[in-house]
Amino acid sequence: MLTAAVFLPLLGAFIAGFFGRLIGDRSSQIVTCLGVGLAAACSIPNFIAVALHAHPETVHLMTFLSSGTFEAEWALRYDTLSAVMVMTVTCVSTLIHVYACGYMSHDDSQPRFMAYLSLFTFAMLMLVTADNLVQLFFGWEGVGLVSYLLIGFWFKKPSACAAAIKAFVVNRVGDFGFLLGIFAVYFIFDSVNFDVIFDAAPGKAESAVTFFGIHAHALTITCLLLFVGAMGKSAQLFLHTWLPDAMEGPTPVSALIHAATMVTAGVFLVARMSPLFEYAPDALAFVTFLGATTAFFAATVGCVQNDIKRIIAYSTCSQLGYMFVACGVSAYQGGIFHLMTHAWFKALLFLSAGAVIHAMSDEQDIRKMGGIWKLIPVTFGVMTIGTIAITGIPPFSGFFSKDMIIESALASGTGVGTYAYVMTILVALLTSFYSWRLIFITFFGKPRADHHTMEHVHESPLVMLIPLGLLAVGAIFIGGGFNHFFVGEGREHFWGEAIKVLHENDSIHRAHTEHHNFFVQWLPLIVSLLGLGWAYLFYVRRTDLPGKLAAQFPDIYRFLLNKWYFDELYNWLFVQNAFRLGRIFWKIGDTGIIDRFGPDGIAMVTAKAAQRLRTVQSGYLYHYAFAMIVGIAVIVTWFVVGAH
Amino acid sequence: MSHLLQLITPALPEVFMAVAAMVLLLVGVFREKESTTLLTWLALAAMVVAGGLVIRSAPVTAFNGLFVVNGFTSYAKILMLVGAGLTSLLINSWAQREKTARNELPVLVMFATIGMMMMISANDLISLYVGLELQSLSLYVLAAYDRDNQRATEAGVKYFVLGALASGLLLYGSSLVYGFGGTTTFDGLATAVKAGPASLGLMIGVVFVIAGLAFKVSAVPFHMWTPDVYEGAPTPITAFFSVAPKIAGLCLFLRVLVGPFGNMIEQWQQVIIFISILSMGWGAVAALAQKNIKRLMAYSSIGHVGYALIGLVVGNEEGARGLLVYLLIYLFMNVGTFAVIMSMRVKGKNVEDISDLSGMAKNHPVMAAVLAALMFSMAGIPPLAGFLGKFYIFVAAVNAGFVWLAVVGLLASVISAVYYIRLIKIMYFDEPGTAFDAPDKLAGTLMVGCGVLMLVIFVLPSSLVDSAQAAARALFLG
Repeated sequence: MLTAAVFLPLLGAFIAGFFGRLIGDRSSQIVTCLGVGLAAACSIPNFIAVALHAHPETVHLMTFLSSGTFEAEWALRYDTLSAVMVMTVTCVSTLIHVYACGYMSHDDSQPRFMAYLSLFTFAMLMLVTADNLVQLFFGWEGVGLVSYLLIGFWFKKPSACAAAIKAFVVNRVGDFGFLLGIFAVYFIFDSVNFDVIFDAAPGKAESAVTFFGIHAHALTITCLLLFVGAMGKSAQLFLHTWLPDAMEGPTPVSALIHAATMVTAGVFLVARMSPLFEYAPDALAFVTFLGATTAFFAATVGCVQNDIKRIIAYSTCSQLGYMFVACGVSAYQGGIFHLMTHAWFKALLFLSAGAVIHAMSDEQDIRKMGGIWKLIPVTFGVMTIGTIAITGIPPFSGFFSKDMIIESALASGTGVGTYAYVMTILVALLTSFYSWRLIFITFFGKPRADHHTMEHVHESPLVMLIPLGLLAVGAIFIGGGFNHFFVGEGREHFWGEAIKVLHENDSIHRAHTEHHNFFVQWLPLIVSLLGLGWAYLFYVRRTDLPGKLAAQFPDIYRFLLNKWYFDELYNWLFVQNAFRLGRIFWKIGDTGIIDRFGPDGIAMVTAKAAQRLRTVQSGYLYHYAFAMIVGIAVIVTWFVVGAH
Repeated sequence: MSHLLQLITPALPEVFMAVAAMVLLLVGVFREKESTTLLTWLALAAMVVAGGLVIRSAPVTAFNGLFVVNGFTSYAKILMLVGAGLTSLLINSWAQREKTARNELPVLVMFATIGMMMMISANDLISLYVGLELQSLSLYVLAAYDRDNQRATEAGVKYFVLGALASGLLLYGSSLVYGFGGTTTFDGLATAVKAGPASLGLMIGVVFVIAGLAFKVSAVPFHMWTPDVYEGAPTPITAFFSVAPKIAGLCLFLRVLVGPFGNMIEQWQQVIIFISILSMGWGAVAALAQKNIKRLMAYSSIGHVGYALIGLVVGNEEGARGLLVYLLIYLFMNVGTFAVIMSMRVKGKNVEDISDLSGMAKNHPVMAAVLAALMFSMAGIPPLAGFLGKFYIFVAAVNAGFVWLAVVGLLASVISAVYYIRLIKIMYFDEPGTAFDAPDKLAGTLMVGCGVLMLVIFVLPSSLVDSAQAAARALFLG
């Protein structure tokens, strides 16, 4: 059953991918949905056995690589962390598969799409159940590849291709760091197997290595390198630029990959490597700082965007920042908890955004929507549920996980922890603002779309609404339902050995024991409500205010609208120079030197020589005889001269 | 009687062939009507018997040292007999089709073959010359066989005049060698050469001998006749030219240079390097500008001779092995290709332009596939036998320290790949032209057989390489 949960999606992907044209659209959908659905069905008993009954297990499949002392297995490691991830991934993925059947019904390569989705699910499951870093990297690259394929799914659209390439390249930067991290782990521990690494980690707490001429604390270097990988995959600041562009992919993809699962791989990695990170306080501080800063950055940008999917994308980026803050203050459990709740409500938000786009005849600009809540009440309802969840209003899911993170940040007591606390509070305000802004602009006010579009506004088919409903249920109850196990009293029993937190770092414990005054305790909720009010004021009461504000601070507005100019900076710094370098190699190096003196030159010379040789072949007998005589004369002369 | 039989036993295959050829002439005369087909099959049977006799013959030196039989000569004779046998079938089917069949046709092929067998086994410059002339005279007649065709007669005349010149050079060289070496027997010459540093006169004599032989194998700069004769002569006869005499000439080259003049290797090596490089280069470059496929094949064979001569340059057992492997593969490549060229007929008329092949893949997929395989093989691209041929030659060169020569060979084969692959491009990617007539059964079988053989040899080369190895060893022992 453990194996089935991982490999059924692969089977579905295989059938739909290779025989999709043969068996048709409908069968491909059924096969893939069935594969993922069965995997999800397996994952729940697995979760109960492994996590709730504290019974971790490892399934050995076969040896992957074996060379000298290096050994990597194919094995499925089932502990609480994997079980949580497997359950989240398969359940959300199943719902998205079903949703995609409806959403993509007008597309002409549905088998391919469904196969990609299933393949992605498989790769993600490989990632989370990995028993060693190499297998994890296999899954890591697998999800990266499928993400590339899915962003560029509509490969006839140039912007989709560009976004796909961008995602791939930016991820490669992160992957390079991750690879270096794996090398470092192998260098220090002489193994890539988790059990071996984790057992040996305390003993290596004081060792040092030289990296690029810098003599430094070994685990700090390793953890920082691993975190670079996590930054790439989880779209943290500096490596975040690909995520908003990735919205070029079909909406189910955005929901599955760029919100619920793949982007959380970085968080998972940090949590998985917690036994290492625990001995690298500097790395943890960096994780906290970067997470908090990303959360703030993405939230500010999210406030001024107008594309419905981009707003949610920045929101994802921001929420990932939260998760890293949690990991950074050693509240990994809180991070994973938020990961899980976020998967549900963010998938919900994305899919309902997809439903809105569907309803508005593929319009994505929220300025051209408005006044449609009566026309699509179900979509409006579930999207509001998602928004309540993300803004952290009790008793919805987001409240529990987000509150835990903010409290842990405060309880950690370190300087960077305090910074993170201030930031996360601020971000909670902004999150609430932009989320409600999205709701208000999209659903309320006067219709801003043309008549034609408005006439066609319609509720999505049942095959899309049912997944939305189920996700909404999850968005409401997951948080409250699992609070006890993930971060409450039952957490030690629940997590077992899966996550390691040193006692002095245990900020969740401290958050539970320390008591703050009423104000501090309820501050997240207060700012969230403030944000709601602010959005209500701006976009329902006084719709003239946002414009005035923007006019008042045009520089800040432009700065935010252009996403802090990261794209422009990178473009100027890397992309253009890379192109320039490429052009030099191409024009001067390749065409100018290699081609000119190589293939082209030789081809021209031989062609000319061939023509010349042809004229020698005159057809006259005496020419031929003459050639023979000359030939022999030359050879004899050579001999006579050479001999003396 | 038994004494006589014992005496001729070493040359039994040749004697048998000669008797059979004369019997066939008589058969032809006594059967009043034209009976070329029958004679061809009889000739083939005679070749098969002769082949059997060759295989059974034991190593021996006979006729007062004029004639030698060993593993090497047997290998070479088998190759020639196979080449002659296969092409005489092609020749007959062509002659029947063109209604030019005459009884002498298979007999001429037989006499040419006898000449080749004689010269391969020759152990004396005189007996070498006799064999060579028997071969050459038959070939001159064959070249001009289609005597009502202007181009064929022109080809015959050119071949004859230049061949006479080459024979003259060879004879002149032989007389110089005799003058400075004191003998014409190979064994005696070998002793003489071993005795001390070779005199200049002997060296010049050797150069002339080399020139004469180079003409026979059409190595540059003694190759000028080749394109004209290849183009002018009837296609299957060109096929015969490109196969049997080439094999005979190269084997003879090997025997003469490593036998009597083995100790002069430092001197003749330079000459052979010179003509080898010229041949490879000329064959590769000049072919680029050809429009007639038979002329293209002429330059192709010039190039192939260049590669094969690398094996001679190396001058050791490995080089000889490489050359022998090369010749065997070359034999089947050429027979297959000429079978295709013979089948290039539109409404009963032969066409020879490369552009006539355009789009053949659509009209004749099998024939196109075979020709494509053969061309890839000629270009030396794995997984086809042609790759192995070049591989063994180049390896031998590299092992003997001639890395640069191997590099030159590689470059030449890159250039030659251009025109081989251009044929494939024309067949597969150009707009289809007029479809060819369906190839006759014999040519079809032959081409497919040769095409398949290219793959088979590549997959299972060991027995072939072993026999070539044995032949090469026999050469250096005897």
